[in-house]
Amino acid sequence: MFAYLVRRLFLMLVTLFGISVVIFFLLRIVPGNIVDILFAAAGYVDPADKANLEKELGIDQPLVVQYWHWISGFLRGDFGYSYVSEKPALQEILPRIPITAQLAGLALLFSASIGIPLGVISAVKQGTRLDYALRVVSLSGLSLPSFWLGLLVLTASVAMFGQMPLFNPNPQSFGEAVATYCIPAMVVGFRSSALTMRITRSSMLEVLRQDYIRTARAKGASDAAVNYQHALKNAILPVITVIGIEAAFLIGGLIVTETVFNIPGVARFLVEAIRWRDYPIVQNLVMLIAVVVVSANFIVDMLYAVFDPRIRYTD
Amino acid sequence: MADKSDLVLEVKNLKTVFFTNSGLFKAVDDVSFTVKRGETLAIVGESGCGKSVTALSLMRLVPDPPGRIVGGTVTLEGTDLLALDEAQMRAVRGNRISMIFQEPMTSLNPVMRIGDQIVEAVRLHRAMSAKAAWNIAVEMLRLVRIPEPARRAREYPHQLSGGMRQRAMIAMALACRPALLIADEPTTALDVTIQAQILALILDLQKELGTGLVLITHDLGVVAQTAQRVIVMYAGRKVEEASVEALFADPKHPYTRGLMASIPSVPASGAATQARLNEIPGTVPSLVRLPPGCAFAPRCKLAVKRCQDEYPPLMDWGGGHLAACWRAADVAEVA
Repeated sequence: MFAYLVRRLFLMLVTLFGISVVIFFLLRIVPGNIVDILFAAAGYVDPADKANLEKELGIDQPLVVQYWHWISGFLRGDFGYSYVSEKPALQEILPRIPITAQLAGLALLFSASIGIPLGVISAVKQGTRLDYALRVVSLSGLSLPSFWLGLLVLTASVAMFGQMPLFNPNPQSFGEAVATYCIPAMVVGFRSSALTMRITRSSMLEVLRQDYIRTARAKGASDAAVNYQHALKNAILPVITVIGIEAAFLIGGLIVTETVFNIPGVARFLVEAIRWRDYPIVQNLVMLIAVVVVSANFIVDMLYAVFDPRIRYTD
Repeated sequence: MADKSDLVLEVKNLKTVFFTNSGLFKAVDDVSFTVKRGETLAIVGESGCGKSVTALSLMRLVPDPPGRIVGGTVTLEGTDLLALDEAQMRAVRGNRISMIFQEPMTSLNPVMRIGDQIVEAVRLHRAMSAKAAWNIAVEMLRLVRIPEPARRAREYPHQLSGGMRQRAMIAMALACRPALLIADEPTTALDVTIQAQILALILDLQKELGTGLVLITHDLGVVAQTAQRVIVMYAGRKVEEASVEALFADPKHPYTRGLMASIPSVPASGAATQARLNEIPGTVPSLVRLPPGCAFAPRCKLAVKRCQDEYPPLMDWGGGHLAACWRAADVAEVA
């Protein structure tokens, strides 16, 4: 188990290094930098001024040097200054993180707590009307883009309640807090709950055919014990993988949803920063997201070991 | 006739059918038998003859759909199991009637410790603390002669060999001291040397605990070593029933005779090696389209017109030796 943990941790660091290189150089491949954009916007071209500004921002130096400046700063927690606002990048990013983190956490919670039980029910009741109904719902969940679902929810709430659940940073009541976080979280999480349900269902169907399920029944175990204690514990591994992957994809869904619901989170901020070629913001933010994704994978690997003794004891 | 109070299990006219896309078939058709306390009854036959479905029917574990028990009675210690509701049946399963399966590699839950799986079986039927049940689990593992039972109880199935896992299955099945144990090909998936050990273990424990045993097998060698009485099944029906001695001395059904002839024999030194193994020609007929007469007739060398037209009833040839064959009287001479 210890060797497994160490190996995973090492792999995680290597992966993060690779990602940092890719992020850095991909950003530089995109034509145009902040100086180009600023000068084009101003309609004013003096090569000397331009060179001065490039020098000031450090983007005239060789890429390797720039990379070293960035990554060593990142590790120290020094994210540099935003080109656009000229405030420290860290100050721009930090306050936005809890908003997005809460949204993402709620969305994952929603997708797991809805998707897993419904998947189990759908598998146990395979071939019944309930199973078909649940599968139609999950198919619609996979097919509806979250931005469209978000717009539908907004339109519907205007039609029904005469107001929109707009973002409120300081909710006064429980109802407001629900509207502020839960509705967008459900809109984003709907897709992953549908996916979670489908994976749970197919994984459960596979497990329910196994000999040890028959053994459990032969012991006199009840249906609930067989389904949830014996079957689900075996069927949960692929589900964990999917939830881990979904955690990564969630960022994509959040960009759109934060825009639709006008939420000042990290995801929407990232898109704005990319438009301005605001390198310090973009590369640090993407790097932070990469850390989150890689950590999610690491957690998935650890959960595998928790749920499956065959992985835990191979070393 | 046996003393009624001695009977653990009495199966009468059991009928289990399967509804499939290609039609309805009778997997178990009108099968009756009894098992006495401490007795071993072997059920023999080729793959697909209905042995395993018979066993699952006794446990009421036939997957439904597609299967269903449509007739007969299964009386265990005076209670008709087929008349119980599902909750009452759960209280019987693993408690009064237990089952060991063919595949020890896949019959244990891979993510639960061996000890916990036995504890579950115990606590489903006995009100006791987790600790007391754990002690019973360890004791059961010791009983099935697993070395270091306390350590093994904390291990997972993948850490045990096939033979060890089958021992653990036996420990689990016997944890509540059932009146009847059903062993469905318990040694088929194991190495030959382990097979003998497991069989010996099952028989020892059976003697020790006085359990009735239904042993399902296709191996007549196993039957000869273990059982007191034998049922031969073919295409869902009982075609012959006899004591082990009577069956091996004088098989009445041509199918039984064929099964015995297919046991390979080692030629005596110096004798010419047998060129081919004996086999029963043909295959088990599709259960969906059984012939109107004897299901074995198409493969039988002795078959006459009557065999194809009329199903032979079970006839008593003395001493409880039953056989369903029109030509049973001639089998010995012709073969």
